[in-house]
Amino acid sequence: MLIKRLLLNDRGGAIVLALIALMMIIVPISNLVLPTSSPLHLSTFTVTLLGKFLCYALLALSVDLIWGYCGILSLGQGAFFSLGGYAMGMYLMRQIGARGQYGNPELPDFMVFLNWDHLPWYWLGFDSFGFALLMVVLVPGLLAFVFGWLTFRSRVTGVYFSIITQALTYALMLAFFRNEMGFGGNNGLTDFKDIIGHPISADSTRIALFLCSGAALMIAYIVCRYIVTSRFGRIVISIRDAESRTRFCGYKVESYKLWIFVFSSVLAGIAGALYVPQVGIINPGEFSPLNSIELVVWVATGGRGTLFGAIVGAFTVNYGKTLFTSYSPETWLFALGALFVIVTLVLPKGLVGLFGRVKKSESAHEAIDNENLATPEIGAAKIAEEK
Amino acid sequence: MMTIFISRFLKHFIVASLLICTGVTNSFAQTEEVSATPTDFSGLVLQLATGSLSERAETVKKLAALKDNRSTVIITALEQGNLYFDSITNKVGIKDESGNFSDAITLSAVSSDISNFKKIPVNNSLRNQLRSLLSQLNLSSEDEAIRLSAVKRLLADGLDEDSAVIIEKQSASEKNKTIKSAMTIALALYQLKNTDEKIRIKAVDQLRGSLEPEARSALTETSTTDESEAVRNTAISALKSIENTVTYYRFSESIFFGLSLGSVLLLSAIGLAITFGVMGVINMAHGELMMIGAYTTWVIQQIFPNQIAYSLLIAIPTAFLVAGAVGVVIERGVIRFLYGRPLETLLATFGLSLILQQAARSIFTPLNRAVSLPEWMSGSMVINPVLSITYNRLYILIFGILVFVLLQLILKKTSLGLKVRAVSQNRTMARAVGVRASWVDALTFGLGSGIAGIAGVALSQLTNVGPNLGQAYLIDSFMVVVFGGVGNLWGTLVGAMGLGIINKFLEPYAGAVLAKVLVLVLLILFIQKKPKGMFPQKGRAAAD
Amino acid sequence: MKLKLIAKQVGALGIAAGLTIASFSAQAADTIKVGVLHSLSGTMAISETTLKDTVLMLIEEQNKKGGLLGKKLEAVVVDPASNWPLFAEKTRELLEKDKVAAIFGCWTSVSRKSVLPVVEELNGILFYPVQYEGEESSKNVFYTGAAPNQQAIPAVDYLMKEGKVKRWVLAGTDYVYPRTTNKILEAYLKAKGVKQEDIMINYTPFGHSDWQNIVADIKRFGSAGKKTAVVSTINGDANVPFYRELGNQKISAADIPVVAFSVGEEELSGLDAKPLVGHLAAWNYFMSVDTPANKEFIAKWKAYIKNPKRVTNDPMEATYIGFNMWVKAVQKAGTTDTNKVTEAIVGLEQPNLTGGVSKMLPNHHITKPVLIGEIQEDGQFLVVSSTPLVPGDAWSDYLEGSKDLESDWITLKCGNYNTKTKKCLGAAAK
Repeated sequence: MLIKRLLLNDRGGAIVLALIALMMIIVPISNLVLPTSSPLHLSTFTVTLLGKFLCYALLALSVDLIWGYCGILSLGQGAFFSLGGYAMGMYLMRQIGARGQYGNPELPDFMVFLNWDHLPWYWLGFDSFGFALLMVVLVPGLLAFVFGWLTFRSRVTGVYFSIITQALTYALMLAFFRNEMGFGGNNGLTDFKDIIGHPISADSTRIALFLCSGAALMIAYIVCRYIVTSRFGRIVISIRDAESRTRFCGYKVESYKLWIFVFSSVLAGIAGALYVPQVGIINPGEFSPLNSIELVVWVATGGRGTLFGAIVGAFTVNYGKTLFTSYSPETWLFALGALFVIVTLVLPKGLVGLFGRVKKSESAHEAIDNENLATPEIGAAKIAEEK
Repeated sequence: MMTIFISRFLKHFIVASLLICTGVTNSFAQTEEVSATPTDFSGLVLQLATGSLSERAETVKKLAALKDNRSTVIITALEQGNLYFDSITNKVGIKDESGNFSDAITLSAVSSDISNFKKIPVNNSLRNQLRSLLSQLNLSSEDEAIRLSAVKRLLADGLDEDSAVIIEKQSASEKNKTIKSAMTIALALYQLKNTDEKIRIKAVDQLRGSLEPEARSALTETSTTDESEAVRNTAISALKSIENTVTYYRFSESIFFGLSLGSVLLLSAIGLAITFGVMGVINMAHGELMMIGAYTTWVIQQIFPNQIAYSLLIAIPTAFLVAGAVGVVIERGVIRFLYGRPLETLLATFGLSLILQQAARSIFTPLNRAVSLPEWMSGSMVINPVLSITYNRLYILIFGILVFVLLQLILKKTSLGLKVRAVSQNRTMARAVGVRASWVDALTFGLGSGIAGIAGVALSQLTNVGPNLGQAYLIDSFMVVVFGGVGNLWGTLVGAMGLGIINKFLEPYAGAVLAKVLVLVLLILFIQKKPKGMFPQKGRAAAD
Repeated sequence: MKLKLIAKQVGALGIAAGLTIASFSAQAADTIKVGVLHSLSGTMAISETTLKDTVLMLIEEQNKKGGLLGKKLEAVVVDPASNWPLFAEKTRELLEKDKVAAIFGCWTSVSRKSVLPVVEELNGILFYPVQYEGEESSKNVFYTGAAPNQQAIPAVDYLMKEGKVKRWVLAGTDYVYPRTTNKILEAYLKAKGVKQEDIMINYTPFGHSDWQNIVADIKRFGSAGKKTAVVSTINGDANVPFYRELGNQKISAADIPVVAFSVGEEELSGLDAKPLVGHLAAWNYFMSVDTPANKEFIAKWKAYIKNPKRVTNDPMEATYIGFNMWVKAVQKAGTTDTNKVTEAIVGLEQPNLTGGVSKMLPNHHITKPVLIGEIQEDGQFLVVSSTPLVPGDAWSDYLEGSKDLESDWITLKCGNYNTKTKKCLGAAAK
């Protein structure tokens, strides 16, 4: 009932969700049921690829929630994604048990050859799936809480916020690169065997992970949709449009920002946790500031402030990347670069904006908001006001 | 072009073949096969050229023992890689700085064909031996610099009975103070091994205050191993006084390292301080503009391969113009549509940075390009044995400050600067009084980009010139600008130098990686405390 | 109406993916496909593009000779873009979609680690041509680069004997290859009687560019009266500023020689070699080695790349050996089937470019000579020492965890067999 009400005013979202649901039905059938000889058979490669895209879409959704609706541009969202990924990776490492190269039941391989004699304390508990799941949510959430509490309280906004989130993910990247940290250094965590007792390379496990990612994305979408249409969401939007005015109206701007930031980083963490078992490796490269910037562009490409646009963007850009890196590797960066420029200059509303006023049925104020973002004068006035 | 390549190619093979047949296969096997070894000068020189690497060591010894004046010339040439051999005419030649050859035996110029001359290869152990030999031969050289380095060399090698006698004799007549004190130290080091306790104490006293590392390590050894307690105690007190001085110099060294790192940060951040601070544009392609500057340096060096010494002087204005022009194009083509939307400029310029990077990769290949260091940029200024300052760092530090001052002057004293400040503070008002705001925007962005180009020239002297050059410095530059305070060049200066010094003082304790992480964390915490940086903009401009 | 367009777009993803797979499996029979998995963009492009070209050259040459088993070879080039998860993804694409018979690829350890589970799962073949840290042996991977005992230990031996070095600085970039190599070297040096205080270990991040105080430290460490040498496992981009700083602080090779394991001809072509003259490198191949095979290879390479200034380097030779061994193994087995080829290839011999004959060992490593070279002004190496062929050792004898391990894919059928407990460890254990 609630879902129906939420999607009633969101036709784009409804379509995207329907497509995802369709994909979640077709893909397992075509991969598991159809024989490999059938032309409609989907290879495991495609399944993991689509699964990866779903995780990226979830990550993009988390960015759109804070950027599109709260005006917070985090260039460090990749950090929360990676932390979630590491938490899951640590669980998967512990599952290897004595099947590592050195057959050490207690320590992961990289610890054995660096002569660690016992498991560091922060690895304790990760042999339990439940604990790992808790950490997937808790670690990114907690970091976002502390970081957000410090920054929002001192009213760090706009580009300053973007730049220090970039510093955050950069610092984490450098730290995780260190072998002394006990997270496998540059090599990261890899060579996973099982997840909750199921071999990770089995087709059925891959399909299950794919389905989990799809379900997570759909649930996250609905929850995000619920948030932005709720009273809480309206205040968040008003913070985006006129932070000072909202504050003068008596709202505690900091706590609103903080909670939506924490929620978004938890989403990113979950995306990371689903991503790692599917791609089979997590390493500090994921913390790279460039990754975080790139994912902002997925959102911009799809169309920000629409939620479903983020999903469309994540799929389009990543599909393009897969195509280009296979068929014309040299031109990929040209294409990606041009996409950045064109989207910001010509398509401020992204791809979904291309198809006219999708928002006809959307609530009136949202349409105006997007107008704000699109036209420089009002945008500038808005920013001036923010300061 | 082709012929050069072929001749190089040939040379390369012949050298290599020489090595393979002689060096590698024989270097361990053969020892002292005495097969009609020549003893006269010309015979020895010829054997030097034809023998194997380890035979060469023996031959050189014999040459030095001949006490022929020409031996010094030959050994010097061999050490510096200027001794050549023509296997067809069996001639040994010495190449001088201008590339002309003279016959090694007659020392007269070689007029015949020189294309067959191949360099006689030298390896490290031979080079070491040559240097020791040379130092003994050069002790009585007329040139003070040569004499000093000869003494220093002996000092490092340690004296033996013979050389101690020579040094003692020489030091009596030596007039140059530096050389004389080096000789005294060398002698004192020798006398530390004397059996007479008094002489040893005297030697320790002579070493007191010397900063030579050899003196320190010898004293450290004496202070623990000498059998006489008196000697040990004297050595301990002498060491203590040396250690105090060393600590002081090491502190100054860390300060210099910090300033030097700071100057690199300053150069890379100052262009950004203009585009970001003054114009409010987040230029993610800033790093690539530095990359353009660095590539410009390389191209200039390719065009004028014989003018490496002046190449930087040409490269600086050229890089400014090239990067500046690219900057103006970026501003006119992209950024002017995005004013007032800083987050969008971030994305668009990031796209541009990807395009520029890939373009560099397509044009110059992904390989790094070799930019040479001009003679005057290499080496270091030796202040004393524990403190020396490298020239390239020193010049870059001076250069960074120069650029900073120049920029301040432009902004404060010229009409362009006035307009830039006017537009950045209140665009509408500036336009109302007749400032062509869009023109000023383009020029300001061009100025910032041009300075990034200049920074690229400086970086080409320190690090790799490749497509990824800019990326490495981008985040650091942003941090500097934010730390210093946006829109304030003084903030950028203090921020860059401060971060540089903090980094260099943390590094010895935390290691390079952790130091950087700590600096970033400190920075994040600092921003919480002072969200607008160290020197926030005040007044109207800040309020907008 | 317009919404339908969106729908189409999103739907197109799935359909397009499906179609490409279908079209690929149709044409697989006519040629033998060879995967080339080297980064063509991103930070590793600088090293890896050369290897991509090398494989393409070798394939072209093989096709001129009439191909393999009567079929032409076809290269499938993909770009993992220096992104480690993408390496795994592209491997899956190559093996599952393109059905390549073998993959030549990877450079960094992490890319190999990322690819490894996929190659094992899909039973593919990977030839890895770069020197690495060892501690690995997979049924599906052939390591044609040097293991630590084929590079690091002979280099240290040389310095000890010839250079009379007593004090050691082990400087490296902070990742697994330098870490492991330095662990091995530290244990080795101590076994040779070097004291702890005569060993200095230093790690720096990737692309480190400010070497001032580390070089000053090395200088101080080296001025303690004993002959000092630096063993450098500093990676790629950090080398130029490192050597520059050494040169500027007037540390010459005669005072403190630096022996590097990651600096070859190609890296030297990107910097001014003059200040580096006399510093050392240990490899299994140098361009300056004068053998007919090498001469021919260099000439071919320069002609293929259409640039007379391009240099050759050690990983190129490793690619050359690996490729030719694979060709011979396929010919011997008469098929490209993974199991048959991996069985056929062990024991095969292939002349290397330095005059010896390398052999594929049962542990999937090869025998190689170790050459020590001194850097010359023209960016080439003067070979100052060489060893006979050294068999590659997957598990180091100097590390606590691995000294009892042995790898043998023929008799033991195990990559990590513990000689004490007589058990095959790891995944095979269950």
